[in-house]
Amino acid sequence: MTVLLETSGVTQRFAGLVANSDVSIAVSRGEIVGLIGPNGAGKSTLFNLIAGVMPPTQGAVVFDGEDVTRLPAAERCHRGIGRTFQVVKSFETMTVIDNVIVGALVRSNGMREARRKAHEVLEFCGLDARAEVPAGELVPSEKRRLEVARALATGPKLLLLDEVLTGLTPVEAQTGVELVRRVRETGVTVLMVEHVMEIVMPLVDRAIVLDLGKVLAEGRPAEVVRDPKVISAYLGDRHAVGA
Amino acid sequence: MDKAFAARRRRDLMVAAGLVIIAALLPLFVRNVYIQNIMVLTLMYTALSQSWNILSGYCGQISLGHSLYFGLGAYTTALLFTKLGVLPWFGMLGGGIVSALIAMALGYPCFRLRGHYFVIATIVIAETTLLLFQNWEFAGAALGIDIPIRRDSWLTFQFARSKLPYFYFALALAAVAWFVTWWLEDSRWGYWWRAVKDNPDAAESLGVVVFNSKMGAAAVSAFLVAVGGSFYAQFVSYIDPDSVMGFQFSLLMALPAVLGGIGTLWGPMLGAVILIPLTELTRSYVGGSGRGVDLIVYGTLIVLISLVRPQGLVGLFAPRRKVAAP
Repeated sequence: MTVLLETSGVTQRFAGLVANSDVSIAVSRGEIVGLIGPNGAGKSTLFNLIAGVMPPTQGAVVFDGEDVTRLPAAERCHRGIGRTFQVVKSFETMTVIDNVIVGALVRSNGMREARRKAHEVLEFCGLDARAEVPAGELVPSEKRRLEVARALATGPKLLLLDEVLTGLTPVEAQTGVELVRRVRETGVTVLMVEHVMEIVMPLVDRAIVLDLGKVLAEGRPAEVVRDPKVISAYLGDRHAVGA
Repeated sequence: MDKAFAARRRRDLMVAAGLVIIAALLPLFVRNVYIQNIMVLTLMYTALSQSWNILSGYCGQISLGHSLYFGLGAYTTALLFTKLGVLPWFGMLGGGIVSALIAMALGYPCFRLRGHYFVIATIVIAETTLLLFQNWEFAGAALGIDIPIRRDSWLTFQFARSKLPYFYFALALAAVAWFVTWWLEDSRWGYWWRAVKDNPDAAESLGVVVFNSKMGAAAVSAFLVAVGGSFYAQFVSYIDPDSVMGFQFSLLMALPAVLGGIGTLWGPMLGAVILIPLTELTRSYVGGSGRGVDLIVYGTLIVLISLVRPQGLVGLFAPRRKVAAP
């Protein structure tokens, strides 16, 4: 497996606060990688640095063999990085299909092709019945799926999922898990931030744990959850002693 | 589903063609020059509001300084004609290009501003330019420019004896502005603009270069408004800074779209057809002492619309959407 995404020594400071400190991670093609960690661990910051919301204070982001550290988000999308937002950012006044068409335009020649692709993606995500509904009228779980559909429509090599399974009912979350699996089967690499351990751990091939802006542990999910350092980061030192 | 979409697009086009034909036949029945004058203005504001709608309605960058582009179109045409003898047709094109370039030059700093700050910037820039023109000797300063009247001719686009040529030009302009909007609506730009309006961060993450999208919208919008300004200069054959660059033009471009439905294909036309005759009629019937009554009418309409129907009147005509099961 070749490496698709690599961050080396990425550091991000916000006015004195170090959100990411010397973070080096790698994601291989075809993997599903989970990025986990307690609140304030720097997961979202790392996500934004990979997606190109802002350039890091230090360090480099290499995607598909090219240094993309200084590229803006739109350009990274064209290179093949698709993302969702933790707080959903639908185009509320546009219909569901129009939302997805915006993404599909990235790799389409002409509107007809974009529209066809958008319909395919909606069907893939199980939203086709809602195609003509304004996005503002969707229920929260549908909005999450729309986030995924829109990002998928851009034809990404790497899909960044920011807490798409959080806050869903168990049934909805299970549907989400299936969707992520099917996404991987189409050849898309997935890097996902997630809170709900019992859902995300069976899904991912590998987990990277961030704590206080640093990589704390990394490995197969089963190993990571038994790692005393991880337990202590989540639950405090007292619980780690027994492990 | 694609078929339904294509059918809707075709239906819009047919309705527009039908309306143009009906409008083109109107002068056969309306001989009153005063009413013809109102029809010309209504068509002109339809075109202007439609153009304003591209930047402010679709792309969501509310401009209250579009009088700037209107005035630039008028002045470019008038100056080229009176100083260099360039025919107004080229003046229109020139005015459009000048305005589009200036819109992009102004957009470069202004599109970094968000929300209210952008609106304030557009007002300030337009007002500043108005002052510059009031003091610019070469362009006639506050006295303005008298466009010398020659024989009635399509070549010089001057008609002292009939309103009809202006009427048909204004109709063509409104039709073109509508068609450009229709065409852009189902183009990349149309989708980018609406995405930028709804959520710039999400748009950027989906490969839309937000800044360039705004620049494109500004250029198209300013170009079309300037052509309207060029037309107006020929129509009134005398221009001065206040009569082509005053703040009222910015308002009269924004209001029809807001009234009819901002960011919609039909809103500006619907709004203009209601608003412009209404203001013209109140202005003439209330008479000279009633200066400002038309402003009261705008104000009342805006308050009513924002209270009762903030999405604009256009929705009243939309077919009810079939609600699919979730």
